[in-house]
Amino acid sequence: MTTNVISLVSIGAHPTSGRPRRAEQDARAVELGLQMAGDKLQVLHAGNIAEPTLRSYLGMGLPQLHVLEQPEGADALPVLSDYLREAGAQVVLTGSQAETGEGSGMLPFLLAEQLGWPLVVGLAQVESIEGGVAHVLQALPRGQRRRLKVRLPFLATVDNAAPKPRQSAYGPAQRGELAAHEVEVEADELFTGAVLQPAKPRPTRLKVIKAKSGADRMKAATAKASGGGGQVLKGVSAEEGAQAILKLLIEEGVVR
Amino acid sequence: MLNTLLPILLFAALGLAVLGALRRVNMWRRGRASKVDLLGGLLAMPKRYMVDLHHVVARDKYIANTHVATALGFVLSALLAILVHGFGLQNRILGYALLLASVLMFVGATFVYLRRRNPPSRLSKGPWMRLPKSLMAFSVSFFLVTLPVAGILPADFGGWLLAALLSVGVLWGVSEMFFGMTWGGPMKHAFAGALHLAWHRRAERFGGGRSTGLKPLDLSDKTAPLGVEKPKDFTWNQLLGFDACVQCGKCEAACPAFAAGQPLNPKKLIQDMVVGLAGGTDAKFAGSPYPGKAIGEHSGNPHQPIVNGLVDAETLWSCTTCRACVEECPMMIEHVDAIVDMRRHLTLEKGATPNKGAEVLENLIATDNPGGFAPGGRLNWAADLNLPLLSDKSSVDVLFWVGDGAFDMRNQRTLRAFVKVLKAAKVDFAVLGLEERDSGDVARRLGDEATFQLLATRNIQTLAKYSFKRIVTCDPHSFHVLKNEYGAFNGNYRVQHHSTFMAELIGEGALNLGQHKGNSVTYHDPCYLGRYNGEYEAPREVLRALGIEVKEMQRSGFRSRCCGGGGGAPITDIPGKQRIPDMRMDDIRETGAELVAVGCPQCTAMLEGVVEPRPLIKDIAELVADALLDEASPAKAPIKREPAEVH
Repeated sequence: MTTNVISLVSIGAHPTSGRPRRAEQDARAVELGLQMAGDKLQVLHAGNIAEPTLRSYLGMGLPQLHVLEQPEGADALPVLSDYLREAGAQVVLTGSQAETGEGSGMLPFLLAEQLGWPLVVGLAQVESIEGGVAHVLQALPRGQRRRLKVRLPFLATVDNAAPKPRQSAYGPAQRGELAAHEVEVEADELFTGAVLQPAKPRPTRLKVIKAKSGADRMKAATAKASGGGGQVLKGVSAEEGAQAILKLLIEEGVVR
Repeated sequence: MLNTLLPILLFAALGLAVLGALRRVNMWRRGRASKVDLLGGLLAMPKRYMVDLHHVVARDKYIANTHVATALGFVLSALLAILVHGFGLQNRILGYALLLASVLMFVGATFVYLRRRNPPSRLSKGPWMRLPKSLMAFSVSFFLVTLPVAGILPADFGGWLLAALLSVGVLWGVSEMFFGMTWGGPMKHAFAGALHLAWHRRAERFGGGRSTGLKPLDLSDKTAPLGVEKPKDFTWNQLLGFDACVQCGKCEAACPAFAAGQPLNPKKLIQDMVVGLAGGTDAKFAGSPYPGKAIGEHSGNPHQPIVNGLVDAETLWSCTTCRACVEECPMMIEHVDAIVDMRRHLTLEKGATPNKGAEVLENLIATDNPGGFAPGGRLNWAADLNLPLLSDKSSVDVLFWVGDGAFDMRNQRTLRAFVKVLKAAKVDFAVLGLEERDSGDVARRLGDEATFQLLATRNIQTLAKYSFKRIVTCDPHSFHVLKNEYGAFNGNYRVQHHSTFMAELIGEGALNLGQHKGNSVTYHDPCYLGRYNGEYEAPREVLRALGIEVKEMQRSGFRSRCCGGGGGAPITDIPGKQRIPDMRMDDIRETGAELVAVGCPQCTAMLEGVVEPRPLIKDIAELVADALLDEASPAKAPIKREPAEVH
């Protein structure tokens, strides 16, 4: 039995020219999906079907791309969750953050919340799917991997640790079919109601290089992050856990 | 007895030859349609053979003379033999003529035999080693059987034994020369070659013309294949062209990728295409293999994909599209066209451009330059130069096409030098600035015809808005594409390489030049300026005007060795045993020159990538800019030289 995998894609923007392109992380979600499900992979986009860039996903060898037709400024969340629930998706893959639009990176979280599914952040590899449980590798900083066991259905975001997307070829891109689906349009109030303004660049911390030798620099670049005061709580009651978290938040000045 | 046997032998061999020819023609007809002037081509063929083809062959005097003797001798003897021995016209004069022809052929065959005694590695062995003996068998046998006809010997001379021996000789001769010609023997080159010349896909190459631009794919035709997947996707006259190969290996000897140990041998590639069109394996190939790849492991047929059956993808991606093989080929076979056709399929259908290929193509689509730099920075190199923009002037003498070198710090030095020259000569020029896009050269050579056409049509749209007399560029790749490949999309311009333009300026006396100081200089011909566009003289003229005596490399002019930077080769980066630019640098070192003048950003980058110590690399524009004298020159004043004073 093959798993029903759906990859969600959006329109990206090239980092230097700002022109529309295949979004880097979404393309990785498609690549991972193709490696898992091959031809059976469904790819889904909510937005404008006339956007020519959508064809660059088809160029990865997809016969079809489903588009939930929406005008700009519509909320993708409700239509996507309806579609995913009805389509019987078992694994849903998305990029971590869109390159255009709001780009808050919240969509996978909100979607998982609405669907009531678990969410894996930074999926690097799916090792196996057996009996409704998937063994996956999650990417952590500095090339570390964490093996996780997730029950189906689940949602996962991919970032640059996921496999590199295959090249988009012109022939399949032209032949692939864009399948339109009519959906009820709901305006995204946060997006349409609020005013967008350019982000101010955050002040960056000065980088003080303390290392005296090459070996030190190598160590600094590769060593595991040492949090220091971290504490692992195991086998404690929910109450005790909550207390410990609250105590930390007060110490850090998050809660006053 | 011979009088009855000979006609039977002759006509049987001829009949079989006709059958073989029909079979071969049917193999070619599996290819796609191609617009060719069938009758006109046939009529033009003798001239193409005797003039254009002979021009190429005559670069090697030994084999040219040998071939003239052998081929002429054979054609005459064959025709006369059919008359004399086939139809029994036992005329004395005809007999003498046939004797003469067979002697001529024998002399030729002897020289073929001498060349084959210790053949260079580029020549194929196998059945080709048999050919000189077959030629001799044919000529000697026909000489002897004709002696009675000429009345030199009595008709029954030598008795049964000699008659039997002679009929064996004639059988051997006609089998190789008539039957073998159409059934795939070495003589196939004569039959296929003649028709290939008649129906060549680039008829413009004959009569001294030049045709080097790649042929466009019709992307609007949804039924046409995107490039070549199977041998039958080639046009029929391309298949015919492959069949014309004589396996002389001139291409192999000229190929920079082969010399560098990359898995490409143009001769083997063409022979593999022959295997593809006829079906079979490459086990019978008797020449040098693709470096690092054993012979006999690949097979194919007309309906089977070529890549990873008949030829490995690396082989196709090793090519630098330098056209050295095409330039050398005495049969005028178009290797580069075939390679790009197959690359098109890999890129457009399979999405299998190796290494950095995919990234470069994506960048070209999203940023109009292969490096993925912000398009807004295209004119940053000239921030302080106050360059006139064509959008401000709208009409100008010279449009300076900057090219993607604008993003490369090394090439920016060349560009700034050339601007200095333009300003010194008070040329009325302008640049497109941010409106300029990549010319599409790299995309096209990587097989991405779609991206090429996108860039080309947009550039043509931009250029259509303005009026200018000519385009001048420092980049031979842009030069070639603008000059030879935009025409198919209705972009016809007068385009010049900066060396040609500077030679003109110097000729008009518009530049006040001093002399080049110091070191000895050699010049490296860029493929896309030289072999692609025939410009060998202008750069040398400019160097002479600077008082430089060019120390020519052994491989210069049309034999110049590629720097390894063309055809997207640095992007696909197929490993070999050594690097092409290192080999070229050895050529340069051999001249003892301390400086090599170049005229191409790719060549500059590739040659400067060679580790020091090595000769300096300078663009011609830099050398001219360095030699400029400060005071303004009076218009059209000849260069005055002070007489040297002797104390």
